[in-house]
Amino acid sequence: MTAHDIVIIGGGPAGLAAAVAARKAGIQDILILERDNCLGGILNQCIHNGFGLHTFKEELTGPEYASRYIDMVEEEKIPYKLNTMVIDINKDKEVTVINREDGLTTIKAKAIILAMGCRERARGALNIPGYRPAGIYSAGTAQRLMNIEGYSVGKEVVILGSGDIGLIMARRMTLEGAKVKVVAELMPYSGGLKRNIVQCLDDYGIPLKLSHTVVNIEGKERVTGITLAEVGPDRKPIPGTEEHYACDTLLLSVGLLPENELSKGIGVSMSRITSGPEVNDQLETSAEGVFACGNVLHVHDLVDYVSEEATLAGTNAAEYVRAGKEREAGHMVELKAENGVRYTVPQSIDVNNMQDKITVRFRVADVYKDRYISVYYDGVQISKRKKKVLAPGEMEQVVLKKDSFADYPDLKNIVICTEVE
Amino acid sequence: MKEMNFDAVIIGGGVTGCAIARELSRYDLHACVVEREEDVCSGTSKANSAIVHAGHDAAPGSAKAKFNVEGNRMMGELAEDLEFEFKRNGSLILCFAEEDMPALQELYNKGVKNGVPDLKIITGDEARAMEPNVTDTAVAALYAPTGGIVCPFGLTIALAENACDNGVEFIFNTKVEDVKKAGNGYDITTNNGVIHTTYVINAAGVYADEIHNMVSDKKLHIIPRKGDYCLLDKEAGNHVEKTIFQLPGKLGKGILVTPTIHGNLLTGPTATNLEDKEATKTTAEELAFVMEKANVSVKNVPFRQVITSFSGLRAHEEGDDFVIGEAEDAENFFDAAGIESPGLSSAPAIGVYIAELVAEKAGAAKKENWNGKRKGFVRPEHMTKEERAALIKEHPEYGSIVCRCEGVSEGEIMDAINRTLGAVSLDGIKRRVRQGMGRCQAGFCTPRTMEILARERGMKMEDICKNAPGSNMLTGSKDK
Repeated sequence: MTAHDIVIIGGGPAGLAAAVAARKAGIQDILILERDNCLGGILNQCIHNGFGLHTFKEELTGPEYASRYIDMVEEEKIPYKLNTMVIDINKDKEVTVINREDGLTTIKAKAIILAMGCRERARGALNIPGYRPAGIYSAGTAQRLMNIEGYSVGKEVVILGSGDIGLIMARRMTLEGAKVKVVAELMPYSGGLKRNIVQCLDDYGIPLKLSHTVVNIEGKERVTGITLAEVGPDRKPIPGTEEHYACDTLLLSVGLLPENELSKGIGVSMSRITSGPEVNDQLETSAEGVFACGNVLHVHDLVDYVSEEATLAGTNAAEYVRAGKEREAGHMVELKAENGVRYTVPQSIDVNNMQDKITVRFRVADVYKDRYISVYYDGVQISKRKKKVLAPGEMEQVVLKKDSFADYPDLKNIVICTEVE
Repeated sequence: MKEMNFDAVIIGGGVTGCAIARELSRYDLHACVVEREEDVCSGTSKANSAIVHAGHDAAPGSAKAKFNVEGNRMMGELAEDLEFEFKRNGSLILCFAEEDMPALQELYNKGVKNGVPDLKIITGDEARAMEPNVTDTAVAALYAPTGGIVCPFGLTIALAENACDNGVEFIFNTKVEDVKKAGNGYDITTNNGVIHTTYVINAAGVYADEIHNMVSDKKLHIIPRKGDYCLLDKEAGNHVEKTIFQLPGKLGKGILVTPTIHGNLLTGPTATNLEDKEATKTTAEELAFVMEKANVSVKNVPFRQVITSFSGLRAHEEGDDFVIGEAEDAENFFDAAGIESPGLSSAPAIGVYIAELVAEKAGAAKKENWNGKRKGFVRPEHMTKEERAALIKEHPEYGSIVCRCEGVSEGEIMDAINRTLGAVSLDGIKRRVRQGMGRCQAGFCTPRTMEILARERGMKMEDICKNAPGSNMLTGSKDK
């Protein structure tokens, strides 16, 4: 068994930023474990631009954004292992890994940063009826085959789900000569960023059908067509609204799920809403010395925020290793998501020992117009900010300052909610 | 057009055909299996409940009863000889109303007559003590400890490999178009040429009636009876330990809830009679029915965790029994037709029976060098850490994990491709080593698996198919 101060599970944007931050905070002995054959994670297949506006104040492609952090990791000479799969993490922070060179080995860590990212929901999770031919891809799989491997996956395409990857792939496949016939979305609003709807669908004349879903898949060998139907408020198909589309490909962009099988092995407590671990303001999970950041914690829409979050996790993991113990417990306060706010990350804050300010990120449950985002301390409104539009597809945030808690020595809860007035 | 000569031709590479092939391979006969698809286990054998039934359902004296009980008895030893996955997890048949108790008793009596060992009627509370998630409405149950679960792919593929290793040829992508009497044997016309043979064994699944009717005036009629299933994540796999059936009663056809041999949870099937023998499509109505009825017998089935759904067609013959043996009016033509449930359970026994009939008719001697053992797949998942480390040291490809969800390594995928009757398609790999069978349903591992298949088989990526020819994964390449 080998030992390291900080072991980072995942060499995507979260793992890289966490590693750099931990090194800058003074920890030498860091190891990044990456299952793919290069660092950078899913960014490597996101060859479109739009990354880095917050972090680098310029517009980068996914691989460019990743390479900025990979360069930092290389400059800092932070060790990493590629083609290395973590198969288990136990409660003693022993990480079991497999690769070709070392075989099966165990690594003991003082601190662990979970940065495994997320996976795409598949057809089965939606129970879409019909045949099971070739030509049904999750959008990310199709993206990898096109952008990394260099193959085309289809000529006539229907896309279900208006998540960002689906929107990006609608444009990408169009640019590669495929005919994208329609993007269907179950919900009455899109799950993606507004800018992606404009730049990837509107600019190419690709129709977006809201409140629609796939009710049948045809084709024994390869997809030959699909049937769309409109759904009612209960999201059930409305009989008589079926429309047939001839196509050879169905792309699914129907949601991302944090990949937390390993986290469950450690026994960290999980949020049923984010499907990620519950964390405090240090992004530490319920397991001591185990931190989480990026899409494994909750699904983000901008990588810039992943980097920011991971930097915090890396810094705090470093602090934990240096101190040799957990931060002394101060006054822990739960964050409550109410009235249209689905969840918050973090879920709790130590108002005595927190940093000067922390960013609380969350998503809303529905599309809201002209609403306030309000913060309450024990029922007293602390702040409110008006938003013209709030949508589930766009992550929101509020910043809480440490000094704002000075007047609330007995604070029980912090509520973050939306309000009409 | 090719011409080929065999002593015996088995039509159909499902579990029945492969079991017959394996048993026939004991004898000095030149035999082959002709299969329409690109691989064995591509029809009904791949889409069913994966249950080894105890044998209490069929009417005493029926072929179903006889072969089921015998097949169940054989399964344990066969699993050891051929190294496929099988477990006697036991089954409970739940009764939900006092007035159905006579029917439960009748089932018990049938089981006893059929020779099913160790059957027992227990109370609802006893059933819940065994299986805490059995619903409170169950008033009694028939407990059958010999009921089991099996990997249907593993069983079929193991039988096929063993048959092949012992000299049976497998001819894929070949569809039988006609069978005609020729001398004392038959000429089988296929899309790939004519096969001359003395003996024909009809194991053609839902098409067994069409094949039979080509040579016999005693017509068969097989109705494809579709069953839809939902398969749940391994996280739900411990929801029940035994296979939970429902006593057919006023609630209609029963839906079962069972763990699979690999630790998933499986629920289904519906029972819908169809005309179309290709209609393996699920419908929203049937999937909803499965979910609704599963909850009758088992509490809180976590349907949020469905990872895939599928449907299979049972080959239901109008006579409601297996049709097994030499056709009355077609000498040297043997049927294994109407093999619906409990076909998977019965296959080993049907194999022995048919092979003996054919061998006797042919006066074929047993081979001296027949080897009834087959090496299964190396399964690192089932090894200790030390064993696994040693394996990777010797074969580094077992250290390269391709399918994260199921933890399948490149070594296992290479084994699936390169062994006897190795996989030629993505589904072939999946059925052999479970690549892509997990919760992401091949989202991450598809590109890498395609690369390995292309490399090992010397194929172009664009020629890689999901299963049958025409199911190409890609529509073009950077090199075009």
